[in-house]
Amino acid sequence: MSSRRSRSRQPGGSRISDEQMVDLVSRLQQLIPEIRNRRSDKVCASKVLQETCNYIRSLHREVDDLSDRLSELLDSTDSDSAQAAIIRSLLM
Amino acid sequence: MLWYQIYISLSLSPIPVSLSTVSPRRATVSSFDQLTFTMAESNPDANSNVSRKRRKIDPDSDARIAAETGPTRWRTQAEQHIYSSKLVDALRHLRRPDSGHAVRDAADRVLAASARGKTRWSRAILTNRLSLRLAHINKKHKKAAKPGAGRSRSRKVAAQKKLPPMQKKVKVLSRLVPGCRKVSLPNLLEETTDYIAALEMQVKAMTFLTGLLNGGASAAAFGHSGQNFSSS
Repeated sequence: MSSRRSRSRQPGGSRISDEQMVDLVSRLQQLIPEIRNRRSDKVCASKVLQETCNYIRSLHREVDDLSDRLSELLDSTDSDSAQAAIIRSLLM
Repeated sequence: MLWYQIYISLSLSPIPVSLSTVSPRRATVSSFDQLTFTMAESNPDANSNVSRKRRKIDPDSDARIAAETGPTRWRTQAEQHIYSSKLVDALRHLRRPDSGHAVRDAADRVLAASARGKTRWSRAILTNRLSLRLAHINKKHKKAAKPGAGRSRSRKVAAQKKLPPMQKKVKVLSRLVPGCRKVSLPNLLEETTDYIAALEMQVKAMTFLTGLLNGGASAAAFGHSGQNFSSS
């Protein structure tokens, strides 16, 4: 896998500066509700990455659950009336 | 100018989606439409003025472009509204027996299309659907042909470089975000922020749709004397 090697051979040419890393990690930190709610100022980068991965996985799971439920609902309800109602309410 | 200011404030302060009340959302959407209309109306006035006005507008347009393309735009009510209606449209055309997988595919596809090709993950999702099938077939052929070679190669590389835990996490993250396996770290983090914002909007929109369908189903059941019993 070349992703391991790409660390030493940055496409930009230079290594990432620490400042840049800190900035990116702090931006990521703001998005993740777990870390945002804990209110601790210094969260180490690896923790942020870990929480990011967990968060994305949980979001994926949620989307899967929702799509399963949506498919059930679409199957069970009468397609024309329910969806016409949705479209009407969305467009108005 | 006014339109731009209100658009920025909309994107910066996410409006919570309430499943029960329809009218506030309706009001927001219609006011958004009115604002775009007034912007279009006032445009000829702005353009007919001296170039001095043009230069003033430029820094604003930069910020406006940043607001439209940054991850904050996923938080606007308008974007969610657009996504919901497109998703409904896509779901209506799903003539296959509605499996959860098909719905998930359609939802991801519409989400990626809403990104308008500006991010790597969105382009990867859109191109993935074709190449995924080919990749599956190729993988099966490769596994059948050379079972030993792949394993030995991975073992060799793993022995050469012991991965620092940080690198491992970066690799895991790059696998989670579609299309970002060989992307540099700052780009990966950039893509991640946009991807997370988009996923959150997807969840909100699908929750909203589910609520609507639930409500619609129960109303239909009520109207048609309980033929479809909904489990809400």
